[in-house]
Order: sequence, then C-alpha cells, then structure tokens
Amino acid sequence: MEPDRDTSLAATVDAPPGWRSRLDGGNMLRWETGLAVVVVAIGILGVSTSPQFLTGSNMFNLGLQSGEIAIMALPMTLIIISGEIDLSVASIMGMSSALLGYLWNKHWSMLLIFVVIILLGVLAGAINGLLITRLGLPSLAVTIGTLGLYRGVANIVLGPNTISNFPTAYTNVGVNGVVSPDLSFSAAVFIVLAIIFGVVLHFTPVGRSIYAMGASPEAATFAGIRVKRIKTMLFIVSGVICAMAGALLTFRLSTAVNSNGLGLELDVVAVVLLGGVSIFGGKGTIVGVVLGVLAFAGIQNALLLTSFNQEAASIPVGGLLLVSVFVPNMAALTARLRALVARRGRAAPSAIGSGHD
Amino acid sequence: MSTILAPPREPSGAPPDVGTRRLTERVFRVRESGIIAVLALFVLVTALIQPRFVSSSNIQFILVNTAVYALVALGETMVILTRNVDLSVQSVLALSAYLSAGLFGHVHGIPIPVVFLVGLGIGLAFGMANGLMVSLGRVPSLVVTLATLYIIQGIDILVVGGNEVVASSLPAGFVDIPNATILGVPWLAIAVAAVIGAGAYYLRSYRSGRELYAIGSNPEGAQLAGIPVAKRVFTSFTLCGGIAGVGGVLWAAQYQTINTSAGGTNFSLIVIASVVVGGVAIFGGSGSAVGAAIGALLLGTINVALDVLGISDFWDQAIAGFLLLLAITLDRGISVRLAAALRKRSARDGT
Repeated sequence: MEPDRDTSLAATVDAPPGWRSRLDGGNMLRWETGLAVVVVAIGILGVSTSPQFLTGSNMFNLGLQSGEIAIMALPMTLIIISGEIDLSVASIMGMSSALLGYLWNKHWSMLLIFVVIILLGVLAGAINGLLITRLGLPSLAVTIGTLGLYRGVANIVLGPNTISNFPTAYTNVGVNGVVSPDLSFSAAVFIVLAIIFGVVLHFTPVGRSIYAMGASPEAATFAGIRVKRIKTMLFIVSGVICAMAGALLTFRLSTAVNSNGLGLELDVVAVVLLGGVSIFGGKGTIVGVVLGVLAFAGIQNALLLTSFNQEAASIPVGGLLLVSVFVPNMAALTARLRALVARRGRAAPSAIGSGHD
Repeated sequence: MSTILAPPREPSGAPPDVGTRRLTERVFRVRESGIIAVLALFVLVTALIQPRFVSSSNIQFILVNTAVYALVALGETMVILTRNVDLSVQSVLALSAYLSAGLFGHVHGIPIPVVFLVGLGIGLAFGMANGLMVSLGRVPSLVVTLATLYIIQGIDILVVGGNEVVASSLPAGFVDIPNATILGVPWLAIAVAAVIGAGAYYLRSYRSGRELYAIGSNPEGAQLAGIPVAKRVFTSFTLCGGIAGVGGVLWAAQYQTINTSAGGTNFSLIVIASVVVGGVAIFGGSGSAVGAAIGALLLGTINVALDVLGISDFWDQAIAGFLLLLAITLDRGISVRLAAALRKRSARDGT
C-alpha cells in the first residue's frame, strides 16, 4: 500500500514545480480548514433541525456521549502518526471496566482499584508494544489478537454479571458538569489531555521523533531516534488512557459489564482518520483530530435530536471518512482517470492495440 | 500501510535451484501443518476428556457453525494476499442476509437459488464499490473499507429499522440448508469446502491467482513486471464482497431471525483473525485459502470444545486472541529462520 503515497505525490506532476511543495505542504492544512467548515456546517444544521442543539444541557450530552472515544483518540493519533495502529483500545477499556466492577464488588477501596487499573493499562500497553517492537510483528495483527485477548479477560473476570452499585460520588461524572454545568467531566478530561498531547506532539523532540519514525522508520533509526522505545511507550500510554477511559465509561453508565465499549475501536480510528491523520503515518495534527472529534460528536448528536435513526449516523461519518481520504488525493485521482479515459479512447478503434492482460 | 509493516521479507532473489525450492516447500508445508497439528491436538485432548466431543452430531454442529466464517475467510484471504484488507464484510453480510431472506416474505414462492443470486449480487455490488475506490483511487483499503463498513451498517439500520425477518416467513427448504446431510456430512460444509477448494486452486494454479501473491509481496515490483495491479485488486475486492453476500444468505438460513445485529459486532475482525491464524501474512504475499479455512475451523472448534469441556463461554475470546498472537509470533519465527537458512545456502553456493 505504501507505493500509493508515492504515486499520488508523483501524479501532482501536472502542476508547475513551484506549486508542488506548497500543495503537498498545504494538503493537511487545507483538510483542517475544510473540516472546520464541516464542523460549523454541522452546527448550523444542528441548530436548524432542533432549537435544543446549542443549549447547555445538549452540549453536556454531546461531551458525555463522545467523551471516551475522544479521549482514546488522542493516544491513537500519536500511534498512527508513528506508523502503527492499536485496535485493542476498546478491549482495554472493557477489561478495565470489568476489573473495576469485579474489585468493587469484592469491597476494595476505590483508590486501590484505580492503582490496579492503571497498572492493568500499563501491562496491556506493554504487551502490545513489546510484541510489536521487540518481535517486529505487524501492529494490525497483534492488536487484533489482543483485541480478542483483552476482551476475553473482561469476559472471564466478570462473566455474565453486571455490577452497578457504584457510589454516587463517582457516578456523578455522568450527571454533573465540572467548572460549568454544561461541560461534562469526560469532555473536560479530553480538553486537558488534548492540550498535553498537542504540546508533546508539536513542541517537543519526542513529538518530532514520532513524525520522523512514521515518515521513515529506517531514517529515524539511523538518526539516532529510539524508535522501539518510543513506540513501546506510546502503546503503554494508550493502554493507561484507555484503562482510565474504561473507568469513566463505567461510572457514566454506572454499570460494569463485560461488553462495555464493545466495538468502539473502529470509532476511535475513524475519528483520528477523519481528523486528517494519514494511516501511513508521519502526517496529522492534534488540531485536526480535535476537529474530527467535533465533527463525529456533532453528527451523532444532531441526528439524536431529529427523528432520524441515530445509529444511522454511521452513514455521514463513513461519508466524511471517504471524503477525508479522497480529497488529498483528488489531483492524482483526476489525472489517473483522465489517463484511463484517454487510453480507453485510443484502444477503442483497434481492438488489437488494447491487447489482453 | 507499509509503515505498519513487518520488516522486509526474506530475499526472494535466491537462485531457484532445487534445494531452495524444496526448503521453501517444506516451510510452506510447515505453515499449514502447524495449524493442522494445533487443531488435531485440540480435538484429541478434548476428545480424551469428553468423548462426546467427537460424536457425529457434535462434529456436524462445528462444521455448520464454521461454514460461514470459513467461506468469508476465503474472500478475505484474496484481499489480504494483495496487501489490502476488507473491514466491511460484516456489514455486507448483515445487509445481504436481511434483504435476501426478506425476499421470501415479499415475493411469494421465490426459488431459493434466486435468493442466493440476489445475495451474491448485493455482495458483488459493494465489493465492486470497495474495489473501485481502492484500486482506482489508490487510497488505503483500511480507511476505505472502514468507511464503507460504517456506511453499509448505516444503510442496514435504515433499511431494517425495527423490523426483522422471522423464521416463519422462511420456506422449509431454506431453513433446512444447515441441517441437510449426506452420509452424515452436512451439505453446507461440503458446498463451502468445494468453494474454498476451487478458490484455493485458483490462487495456487492460475496465473491471475498467482499474481495476487506477487502484488502482495511487492506491489511496485508487480506493477513493473506488467501485472495489472489495479485490475487484480479490484477483482479480489469484488470476489470478497460477493462471497460475503452469499455468506449473508447462509447466515440467514442458519439463524433465521435477521435484524440489524446479524453477523455480530466483530465479525470482520474474527474473519481476519481466522485468516491470520491460518497462516496468511497480514501484509500479503503468502498464505493459502485452505490455511485460512482451517484457521476458521480452529476458532470454531475452540468455541465448541470449551463448551463441551464445561469451561464457560467466557473463555472463548481470550483463548482465540491468545492463539492469534501465538500464530503470528510463530509465523515470524519461521520466516526469520527461513531467511537465515536461505542466506546461509546462498553464501555456501557462492552465489
């Protein structure tokens, strides 16, 4: 799949040389600008379909519904930029939720449970990271495996049980806001984490290293970047954050079941890709991902307020995802289509010329 | 996707002398014999503990339950061999299951083969859409098929709504498909095995089938060698979609109550896991359709075996996940060893 990126760049050859670098450099920026317009459009659409859209309580709900996905999207962004992927995020979330419920049911103190859950996140991330970096296994395959394994641990820990006797002090994260009554706890956590991740990614040597290893792992290694160590750390960070997101989800729903967060991994990946992060690594920004989160949450929420089946929100999300991957390739695509049409046109008069494959 | 790739594969430029070929063949055999050995061991141990496990009715049950997964794994194998992936199979399967089985209620007395053709057509259409976007758009298949997974899922939700196809609307001939046996072997398993056999033969022995491997192991090289990469990739996605569409009809015959949750939440990932457990490299270029089918059979067997052993269902997924990790780790070990062996051989031969 890699050559695709090269050919798409090569196909902008139509443009004068001076333009080329600007176009390539500007692609990401343009996507984010476009996405900002989309977010505003979704907002306008939301307001026009329901007067409730911009109300404080709805904003609270919007933050609440997509909070955990948004939080998990941040470490995923770094992982994808570094050239890997983590499909086990929702299973780590489920595993943490299950363990939280199990231990609470065993009358452990909540503080101790938090420590255990964070350690669980470290362990889960370390298993992913070490299998990928030390054994050189593809992250796509490894994390499909741990997706099953970690969800399986959630199943084993909790079985068919549902734990829901959590104290209100904790379950209030799904009811009360922080700072302002319209800001859900998970949304606040997301904002704080987004700033931290943004600073790390865009303003620190580690962040530059992440881009470098995503663009070219060999070059990054030769440049003295500790590719394996940083990647392992990224998976561990992802594990910890997903484990904490699991606790958030558990308290918000005030329920721990083994299926908590089931299937969310693809939502998380979709949000990140929607934000303009390249699946090949090396490209993307936190600002883009934040906009991706807003677009995703906005669409879901706007549909919730209409009579439209809310689950069908996946259609506009999928559509946007396609747009996000096609728009940066548009120039290359039209060039190729034109070439194809021209070839067909030439081939049509003489069937001999076209030959067979 | 290359950045998520394993490091470059073993050098394939080794001299094609007989010794090398024999070595490669042996490793290829190891690839599948490994998984067959695991399957055999699993069956043996389970049977020793609980002889009921190898009763004919239980074996029938396993075969029927695995059939749809093994079938869809064939399509997914064709896609993965070309260094692509199709995440949308579960949504294609779900929509095809509802629309095709729904025909029995709408069109009175519609022949069963027509329903299968409709399922096939639905699948082919979505497969072509995926294939067009990936091959012509040259955009990463992971993103495209994730997007189409969402879109088709959404369409499914809109089309199905709160409705469902119920068993009573289905003709007896249709719901009997999973139950019919010949000499004690389920018809369904024979049919699926035949399709997989044909697919495996195609991949192994036809030029265009071999070209899928070439594309997967080196897309640029394949293009330079004159292989019509876009066309082959398009075909593999189309076939994968078509197979998922037929899988949907079979799913309907088997489960009979069809609503939006047909196929389940993680069907695509389970299929990909089967393919990878069966020895197909996730980044293409090696593996076989038979291996993928055995991978699906192994995961299906584990499910039933744990049940028979009285271990709760809740262990299934953890064990399946663990096996997948084991499979890719072993596969990596084999390919590293193969590379070393090839290097040593070519050094000795002075080439």
